[in-house]
Amino acid sequence: MPQISQFAESWYAASQIFWVLLTFGFVFFVIGRGMLPKIEATVDARDRKVADDLAAAKAAHAAADGLEESYRQQSDASRAAAQKAVTDAKDKAAKDAEKRLAKVDAELAGKLAAAESEIGAARTSAMAEIEAVAAEAAGDLVAKLSGVKIATADAKAAVKAVLHG
Amino acid sequence: MADQGKVDPMHQFEVQKMFDMFHVGNHEVAFTTSAMWMVIAGLLLWVFMIGGMKRQLVPGRWQVAVEGFTGFISSMMNANIGPEGRKYTPYVFSLFMFILMLNVIGLMPFGLFGLHPFTVTSHFAITGFLAILSFSIVLIVGFWRHGLHFFSLFVPHGTPWWLLWLIPAIELVSFLVRPFSLALRLFVAMTAGHVLMKVFASFIIDGIAAGPAVGLGVGIPSMALMVGISGLELLVAGIQAYVFALLTSLYLNDAINLH
Repeated sequence: MPQISQFAESWYAASQIFWVLLTFGFVFFVIGRGMLPKIEATVDARDRKVADDLAAAKAAHAAADGLEESYRQQSDASRAAAQKAVTDAKDKAAKDAEKRLAKVDAELAGKLAAAESEIGAARTSAMAEIEAVAAEAAGDLVAKLSGVKIATADAKAAVKAVLHG
Repeated sequence: MADQGKVDPMHQFEVQKMFDMFHVGNHEVAFTTSAMWMVIAGLLLWVFMIGGMKRQLVPGRWQVAVEGFTGFISSMMNANIGPEGRKYTPYVFSLFMFILMLNVIGLMPFGLFGLHPFTVTSHFAITGFLAILSFSIVLIVGFWRHGLHFFSLFVPHGTPWWLLWLIPAIELVSFLVRPFSLALRLFVAMTAGHVLMKVFASFIIDGIAAGPAVGLGVGIPSMALMVGISGLELLVAGIQAYVFALLTSLYLNDAINLH
């Protein structure tokens, strides 16, 4: 086994130790101490950046959620306001219509009453005329039938009695 | 590769001197094949990591691959030690990547291009060095943070008073065995896998040498097994690097948080 038998040669151990010291020293100081911390720092920086970005994204998400919520509330409020305005307008319109209707009703009732009283007056006057005409006609009829002239007042009274029962 | 046409499965582990460099005492320090592969592994690792240094917010494929490795070790340290483990991530990450790179490079079929592939982590000298390094760091951190209180590690919670003479001794032995088990596990796993592949490869060569009938009868199943074992060895290369890093992190956890 040369790994053991070569220890007998005076150069073997010294060369092996010298060169492993030199090369491993190079690896440790240049690569292990020199390059590794920089690479680790890069990895750490990246991990931190990813974590920060994730946190920022989460915050933005929460903000968007809040914004959406407030938007929803606002739209709810404005919808309610619009509904209220519509209801108010409807109520007001209904009230106006009622008022106008009442006014028109009152006018119409007034007109009706006037017309009725006119009709009543016309009827009384017509009645009175009919009485006069009927009395005249009755006087004429009596005169033609019996040749008796009756007084207008009598005829009138008779007619009145017949007409008014 | 072999004397008299024989395949020696251990020959691949031989470290060859490429050129001499200098002397430390009466020890000679040379540039070896092992050193060459370690340098290559270090440079490849460096190139790989440069691809992860673009530091983009949205990473490309290469950056994702590099960040995958760093994230893997960071999360392991975090899970095993806690927030204080971050300080030791550079060490464990270097350990993991260096061992992984050496393991995987050792499995690459560089022989096809005439190169001499070599698995650095199949040498006890290398794994032993890394294990002792890890163990020393555990000891230093443990005594630095807890002082002599660090010895309470040898008395686990809930130890009955009448076992106080035995449990600390067992705990001490298991603690002292750690660097050996750490080093041996990696060294043995790498050595065994490569020996296994060499043995199956030698079956094919010997079978062909024995004639076409034996060659087909032995060669085809051996080849099929080798394909499977190669896949398994890639898995082992990753797992052993992971186990080394994981155990180092667990031992560091003992030193930082005690039990």
